[in-house]
Amino acid sequence: MDADTEGNTCARGSVEERARGAYLARSDWTGEHGGKMIARAVKPVIASLVLSLLSAAVFGGPASAETTVLRMAWYSDGNEGEVMADLLRRFHDQNKDIDVVLDQVPYKAINENLPVQLASGQGPDMARIVDMGGLSRYALDMRPYLKDPGYWETNFGPFLEWMRPAGDPQAIPGFMTQLTVTGPFVNKTLFEQAGVAIPGEKSTWEDWAKAVKEVAGKVQAPFPLALDRSGHRFYALAVSQGTKVFDANGEPDVVDEGFKRAAQLVYDWHKSGVMSKELWGSVSGTAYRGANDEFKNAQVVMYLSGSWQTAQFAKTVDNAFDWVAVPNPCGPGGCSSMPGGAGLVAFKQTQHPREVARLMEYLASEPVLAEFYARSLFVPGHLGLAKKGIDYPTASPEAAAALKVFTASAAQISPLAYRTQGYINSRIIFNAVISRLGQAVSGETMLEDAYKRITADVAQQIAERNKK
Amino acid sequence: MRLFDPPMRRLQRMIGARRMAYVFLLPNFVFFGLFVFLPIGINVVFSVTGGTALFPSQRPYVGGEQFAHLFDCGSYLDPATCREDHFWRGVANTAKFVVFQVTAMVAFSLVTALVLNMKIRGRGFFRAVYFFPVLLSPVVVALIWKWILQRDGLLNAAITTLGGQKILFFVDPSWAMFWAVFVSVWAHMGFYTLILLAGLQAIPADLYEAAEMDATPRWRVLTHITLPLLWPNMIVVIVLALIKGAQTFDEVFVLTGGGPGTATLMIVQYIYETGFASQVQNFGLAAAASVVLGVVLFVLTLLQFAAARRKEI
Repeated sequence: MDADTEGNTCARGSVEERARGAYLARSDWTGEHGGKMIARAVKPVIASLVLSLLSAAVFGGPASAETTVLRMAWYSDGNEGEVMADLLRRFHDQNKDIDVVLDQVPYKAINENLPVQLASGQGPDMARIVDMGGLSRYALDMRPYLKDPGYWETNFGPFLEWMRPAGDPQAIPGFMTQLTVTGPFVNKTLFEQAGVAIPGEKSTWEDWAKAVKEVAGKVQAPFPLALDRSGHRFYALAVSQGTKVFDANGEPDVVDEGFKRAAQLVYDWHKSGVMSKELWGSVSGTAYRGANDEFKNAQVVMYLSGSWQTAQFAKTVDNAFDWVAVPNPCGPGGCSSMPGGAGLVAFKQTQHPREVARLMEYLASEPVLAEFYARSLFVPGHLGLAKKGIDYPTASPEAAAALKVFTASAAQISPLAYRTQGYINSRIIFNAVISRLGQAVSGETMLEDAYKRITADVAQQIAERNKK
Repeated sequence: MRLFDPPMRRLQRMIGARRMAYVFLLPNFVFFGLFVFLPIGINVVFSVTGGTALFPSQRPYVGGEQFAHLFDCGSYLDPATCREDHFWRGVANTAKFVVFQVTAMVAFSLVTALVLNMKIRGRGFFRAVYFFPVLLSPVVVALIWKWILQRDGLLNAAITTLGGQKILFFVDPSWAMFWAVFVSVWAHMGFYTLILLAGLQAIPADLYEAAEMDATPRWRVLTHITLPLLWPNMIVVIVLALIKGAQTFDEVFVLTGGGPGTATLMIVQYIYETGFASQVQNFGLAAAASVVLGVVLFVLTLLQFAAARRKEI
């Protein structure tokens, strides 16, 4: 260190000496004449300095004030896109050097286009995603850029496991924009009109099926029970029927007795008219099909979806009828819902990891995230906030009650449900299940054939993913 | 244009008049090379490689494994016995769709062209009406018909008004295929009608005058003058409709989503879902299926060339 300092001093000294020598050697710089010459030499320097300052002022100031543009891909179930846009505006007001472009895209684009974009290195800096395991290989570990990684571990710990690349137990790629819990929404008005009592807590799926069929028969509702055409939703039923999902070695073993019980229920409900073929039997392959429109048009007696629909129903149903969220029905395997959620994840291909981490720190900070959950009516995916509880000042009485039910359901989720959701290939399982059960429901195959196909599809796709 | 005259003349002097043809072919050759032949080449590379990587250099070579996977069948007539049953369901559905759609398309286009070729009032208006759907995007066409055909759509509203029961068109496999064919014919027949109309107008009028002077019955005029002379146009229409039918995707995908089950799943939808929509995007298998479809389309194109040559004779 000393040697280095000394060396620099010597170098500086010698330059100064050489400059002084050169100056003194020019005798004509001194005297009366000399003054004019100095003035003549300095003039262009001053002029160029002034011009530089002026141009800097005109063209936006010095280089250090350049703006970094970050892109965030975002899908919305309800109003959360508006809330996020608002938060990003506020972030920019406080951080003029970072501008965030919010690309609001359909949910389908997040699931189908984003993986291709990321594979080709053309993806955004951040995205709100659901398939956290599937995209974990593209995730950025933000630890080196975060001020307080401990805050993230403390508040998002269990969910970070869902987003971490395989074999990396420490990475911090993002945070949960919400924790979701599957659960049924019930049209209370239809129950009242039919004069049928709403089944109580701990009622079985069979109890509910009987009740909704009776209600639908009396009020002529075309959808007694609607279950999203989604593998994740099916597993809310399957876990409660006692499926184990994995074998003793931790490998997927999808078709077991519990699974068969759940599949048989779905199959039988379609035969007996408890479920309409319009959802599971009208499209093909892995296509998602919800019953949001049918529910808000009072055509569904009971709709198994999840907590993320709360804001939407609060807005779209309004005063058309009374609705309630109820705890997940029970079966031999218990009453557990399926957990899930969406995470805002940073990607390692970003050119600006430092700025991304700054933005993520802002969005994941307790006051900002609390506001986000409160305004979007989401169950918090932040352990500290979940413990404190969130106030939902904008929630209608129905929405507030529903959020209470979902928050209570979240506390009773089985470890197996968490493990299934966090499994890196969970969506391979979910997609194989709906694709093949859909075929059975539409009468194209028998359930036994569907089981064989599910097992084969899962094995084949995992093998393809692992091919190097 | 005169601006280019001097350099062109100089170039012609340098390379000769005959080689100038290649100069004019070059831009299109580059365009087709970049956007047609290069992607075909990349597709072939993908079809012989595996894994989930997007860049060919990162994909392991697997040879004919993808094709073997596609063609691993107990019986090609029963998709359920095939390892990749969705592919064969797509093949069967596409074949069924093409047979029904082409038959209906040719029949309706011919009748419409014959009628629009007659001296009727408002002929221009009717020609515009029949051609109008051709201008619409396939997705728009499918959405319009979806609104008409869904549970609470216009058609069911009409049926219930007349005292009938609502019909779930997209739940019954036969109805779903019927409407897929119907909507496709509705959307495209204007184009084929136009080709046939042009053919009808090219038939010399003196033949009809001679037939009229001989008091030939209308049916004989149709079968002995109109249809034989229209045959070259009919061949073009049939082959074009066959190729278009085999490539069908967007309309049916938006209308039925390939369902119920896989009743309207077409080959192109299978390729799209395997390559892009499934959880593990299996580009290799999708590329192999594309190669198979490409070969079929190539055969159909050869058929068109053969038919065109016969027309010249």
